[in-house]
Amino acid sequence: MTKQHTILYLDGVSVAFDGFKAISNLSLTLGRNEMRAIIGPNGAGKTTMMDIITGKTRPDIGDVYFDGVHDLTRLDEADIANLGVGRKFQKPTVFEMHTVEDNIALSLKSPRGVFAALFDLRSAEAQGRIDDILEMVRLSARRGEKAANLSHGQKQWLEIGMLLAQDPKLLLVDEPVAGMTDAETEETGRLLKKIAQTHSVIVVEHDMHFVRELDVKVTCLHEGSVLSEGSLDFVSSDERVIEVYLGR
Amino acid sequence: MIAARLLKNGIDRRIAATIALLVGAAVLVPVLHLAVPESSPFHIPAHAVVLFGKYLCYALLALALDLVWGYCGILSLGHGAFFALGGYAMGMYLMRQIGDRGVYANPVLPDFMVFLNWKELPWFWHGFDQFWFAAAAIVLVPGALAFGFGWLAFRSRVTGVYLSIITQALTYALLLAFFRNDMGFGGNNGLTDFKDILGFPVQAPATRAALFAATALALAAFIAVTAMVVGSKLGKLMVAVRDAESRTRFVGWRPEHIKLFAFTLSAVMAGIAGALYVPQVGIINPSEFAPANSIEVVIWVAIGGRGTILGPILGAMLVNWTKSWFTAALPDFWLFALGALFVAVTLFLPKGVIGMWDQWRAARRSRVDGVVPAIGTQPRQSLGTEAAE
Repeated sequence: MTKQHTILYLDGVSVAFDGFKAISNLSLTLGRNEMRAIIGPNGAGKTTMMDIITGKTRPDIGDVYFDGVHDLTRLDEADIANLGVGRKFQKPTVFEMHTVEDNIALSLKSPRGVFAALFDLRSAEAQGRIDDILEMVRLSARRGEKAANLSHGQKQWLEIGMLLAQDPKLLLVDEPVAGMTDAETEETGRLLKKIAQTHSVIVVEHDMHFVRELDVKVTCLHEGSVLSEGSLDFVSSDERVIEVYLGR
Repeated sequence: MIAARLLKNGIDRRIAATIALLVGAAVLVPVLHLAVPESSPFHIPAHAVVLFGKYLCYALLALALDLVWGYCGILSLGHGAFFALGGYAMGMYLMRQIGDRGVYANPVLPDFMVFLNWKELPWFWHGFDQFWFAAAAIVLVPGALAFGFGWLAFRSRVTGVYLSIITQALTYALLLAFFRNDMGFGGNNGLTDFKDILGFPVQAPATRAALFAATALALAAFIAVTAMVVGSKLGKLMVAVRDAESRTRFVGWRPEHIKLFAFTLSAVMAGIAGALYVPQVGIINPSEFAPANSIEVVIWVAIGGRGTILGPILGAMLVNWTKSWFTAALPDFWLFALGALFVAVTLFLPKGVIGMWDQWRAARRSRVDGVVPAIGTQPRQSLGTEAAE
């Protein structure tokens, strides 16, 4: 895939922390409206990769391009978020003291200046967007409640809703079903598939059943680089993957 | 139009009542002080006017700190610096008004400069003979310092205790600087012996009453401003930054800009509080920069209830009223009492006096309705430090 046709393009990326190579010579591309599952044992560099894409960590060397043209290694978190990259953290992180509706309203795509926020009065159009997103993540009924009162699974959905409110092109979703009940997991799978129809999505996940349910191309990371890539069946029958997961 | 709708968002009935109360006091206290004869039980004596004027200045300072700490999670341990700078700006104006009525009768130089054998006015004292110039300095000096300091600190993502420590260092550095005679601010004696303000004698009953009224109105106005800010989307973002800074950043906001706005506005409020304080107490000296002063403000806010508009005002009044009583009755025990109060509030009233009052009312209402209040998850309110994700 050439760089121009990708939503995300990583080439030869390396980063080391105090001599420890968290990412080493990682290359990965993601097409527009593609959903990709990333698996890998602990310490494989999954979260560090997310940090690099979202501008939290600068790579030592390598290219990171978004949408074929934006060099992400030169931008900070807020710039990258406003270009259209949404990130869900591993531990659900929402604004606990605000209502569910306000959580979405604060994330909604809008001018990000201080004075724009000070004099902002919610338009009918914005309200419509908020209603749609609440509907999509199935939280309409709890819109007036403080986010702190939501269950763990509902917080995960709310956070996904906050990403959608940003109107991103690419969503990075870190372990969306950790700690969820089976019913919630199933619901999350449906939600992500629906989102993937119109967005590019990267899902980092440990739950292999869930990955199978997503039914998308899988990339297995190990020691900071790509170990294997392909369908889940292909990857899980790869000798090197089995070795890494089961130990020598 | 926009301002009106923003006001409606921010101001609830209790805040409106407080504003009305302050406006009422601004009218009533001068009348009861000036027009009612001293023999009448309704007469308000001079010392009470000055004392409550002082409390209102403290309340404005506490409100300023609450804006950054309670709402935005920035625990500033140096807000006394902005208060003192506003006070010094006002003090410099008042010094220039003395003119040739000083001990050395120099028409231009304040007494302490004559005493130090200075021949001419330092450049930074020029303009302070004009009230408008001093008024601009009262707003701009604390505001500019907070802007510069905040720009550097927030951009470098200094947060939590580290930020608290450097704010403390800031006020301590200013304390040491203002103690030095050659800084040109009167050294450890500070500025005092004021005569006139805007042509009226500072000590006159009518001036005293007017200063009280001005303070009450300033507090009322800044309660409205603060309520408007925290009720706006920006105010909700401040709380978002307080509770989950990285989440705010990753949805595309710049927490450093949000913090910078809050910090600068807060410093301006603190400066105005200091400027109103100085003519009422008649002196400003470097001890106002003492780190302990700034920490005391934190205690007022914590006791009243941080993250609320009325909490810090109540806290400042309550603690200072108690302090006035204690320092008269049991002067040696005041600091112990203050410490005990702070510990007790931190342990038993995490939301301060206002929070306790709200809880008590909610409990009473639910008893009346026969509904048991939901014992839900009490959301964590961080003390200005964000847990790492």
